[in-house]
Amino acid sequence: MIPLLGIPTQVLFGQLLLGLINGSFYALLSLGLAVIFGLLNVINFAHGAQYMLGAFAAWMLLNFLGIGYWPALVLAPIAVAITGIILEKLFLSRLYRLDPLYGLLLTFGVTLILEGLFRSLYGTSGQPYSPPAMLTGAVNLGFMVLPIYRGWVVLASLVICFLTWFVIEKTPLGATLRAATENPTLVQAFGINVPRMITLTYAFGVGLAGLAGVLAAPVYQVSPLMGSNLIIVVFAVVVIGGMGSILGAIVTGFALGIFEGLTKVFYPPASNIVVFVIMALVLLVRPAGLFGRER
Amino acid sequence: MAAVERNGAERDRAGGLNGTRIAIALAVAALALGAPYLLYPVFLMKLLCFALFACAFNLLIGYVGLLSFGHAAFFGGAAYVTAHVAKVWGWPPELAILAGTAAAAAMGLVMGFLAIRRQGIYFAMITLALSQMVFFVALQAPFTGGEDGIQSVPQDRMFGLFDLSDSLTFYYVVLAIFGLGFFIIWRIVNSPFGQILKAIRENEPRAISLGYRVDAYKLTAFVMSAALAGLAGGTKALVFQLASLTDIQWQMSGEVILMTLLGGIGTLVGPVVGAGLVVTLQNYLAESALPVTVVTGAIFVVVVLLFRRGIVGEIAHWLRRRG
Repeated sequence: MIPLLGIPTQVLFGQLLLGLINGSFYALLSLGLAVIFGLLNVINFAHGAQYMLGAFAAWMLLNFLGIGYWPALVLAPIAVAITGIILEKLFLSRLYRLDPLYGLLLTFGVTLILEGLFRSLYGTSGQPYSPPAMLTGAVNLGFMVLPIYRGWVVLASLVICFLTWFVIEKTPLGATLRAATENPTLVQAFGINVPRMITLTYAFGVGLAGLAGVLAAPVYQVSPLMGSNLIIVVFAVVVIGGMGSILGAIVTGFALGIFEGLTKVFYPPASNIVVFVIMALVLLVRPAGLFGRER
Repeated sequence: MAAVERNGAERDRAGGLNGTRIAIALAVAALALGAPYLLYPVFLMKLLCFALFACAFNLLIGYVGLLSFGHAAFFGGAAYVTAHVAKVWGWPPELAILAGTAAAAAMGLVMGFLAIRRQGIYFAMITLALSQMVFFVALQAPFTGGEDGIQSVPQDRMFGLFDLSDSLTFYYVVLAIFGLGFFIIWRIVNSPFGQILKAIRENEPRAISLGYRVDAYKLTAFVMSAALAGLAGGTKALVFQLASLTDIQWQMSGEVILMTLLGGIGTLVGPVVGAGLVVTLQNYLAESALPVTVVTGAIFVVVVLLFRRGIVGEIAHWLRRRG
């Protein structure tokens, strides 16, 4: 084992991997936030709670219905997306003409309701959820031992991020979506059902959060509060990256995760706050965010 | 949120009802002075601390239109500083509260300087993120006592005269502090400075084109709001003899938003009413099986969907429409 910069490589790469995993979740969540904000002009505070919901949906599928990880990877995000459709149709759609801050406050209230409900049902301690048999174990890469599930999380989120980017930037559907973001009235005049598109976009963003939750369930424990601390970091990520670009959200998410991992190696006490410090620095140098444009 | 908070100016213009208003003010004063003989003084002190906290928060959202999601940092930060200087350094209560207030103002200066660089939704996210950073510092710093917080903060004599360990005496001290804070806010709102703040809220580009240095005004308002929130937090630390992570975590920022929203954003007394309702509700729910956060969240949803002016705002609106 060769020490690098005085740090054993095993430790260094171990923390880098953890950082990459955190970064995957930052990327998936900030991506969803950016897509939702683009079309709805709402900051979805409930994003963290919906991520938690995804994890719990997977846990419930397993424990109540005996449905395992792979089906849950599809079913749980769909379930979360359906709750998103209900939320959008019943509540959010009434707020579009108002200041976007009301959307933030409403989804904040929804977050409190969801977290409170799950906390009164399951307490604050986490429920274990084991990875599928296919992805357990670890491989020795020579410079580090890689737990297979963790490698899978990074890979899966990279693929999901790429697909989302591809659909939004390179397909006709994505073009319509981007057009509706710029000018909904005009797009509606072309005969496209914009309100339905808004609902489906919200469902998609929320479904992404649910998917992230399922991916996270075996890494962290399934707990009612798993989303609320994460969402605040994701907000900082969004401020750093700016919400103007899909690619920006993805890159910023992964980069900050890695930064956080490195901080854990070199100065552990600062690892909780490093993202916020970077946010402060970015605000000083480039207030609109690294990839952002002021809306 | 401009649409909601035009209550203030229009009500001032309505004027006229001065006699009634004075009578109401006197009745409220009498009620405040007599309250500790009817209700538990510690409960009333808690209520007053949160009422001041909500008023300080409202100064920012109601009169400048900035939604801070990080006011817990000032409330809790001041609580920690007050508790620390009172307990470890042995400072008298008045200086301890002053130290907490000053610390909150300093934090407000730094956080405000960063946050006013962005507007609207970003402002809310930035303040939330920065206050989360303060939370982690409080969790890890050596003097904050981690999960335990700073406990059994001494209640000495204020100005060497008022014995704070006597809860009745302490109640009147807290009432005086609240009165002072409320008076300061009332003065700010009704000063030329306050008028400019409202102008910024209504139309920022216009205020800029009129030659006002909008950023300086926003920052000043932010620091004032932070300092007053700190005054409330420092006082609260002495009342409960405790500064803990509860005071500084993001849920506390949410609570103060709820109080203000429920009572009425941009109305002077709305936050007081909201704080009274929320604190009472929490006391009541603490004994029931219903989880507090679920109820709190439901109130958020109902208020945002059904009466965005808040209770006091809706009443004022209704009165105005009637005549």
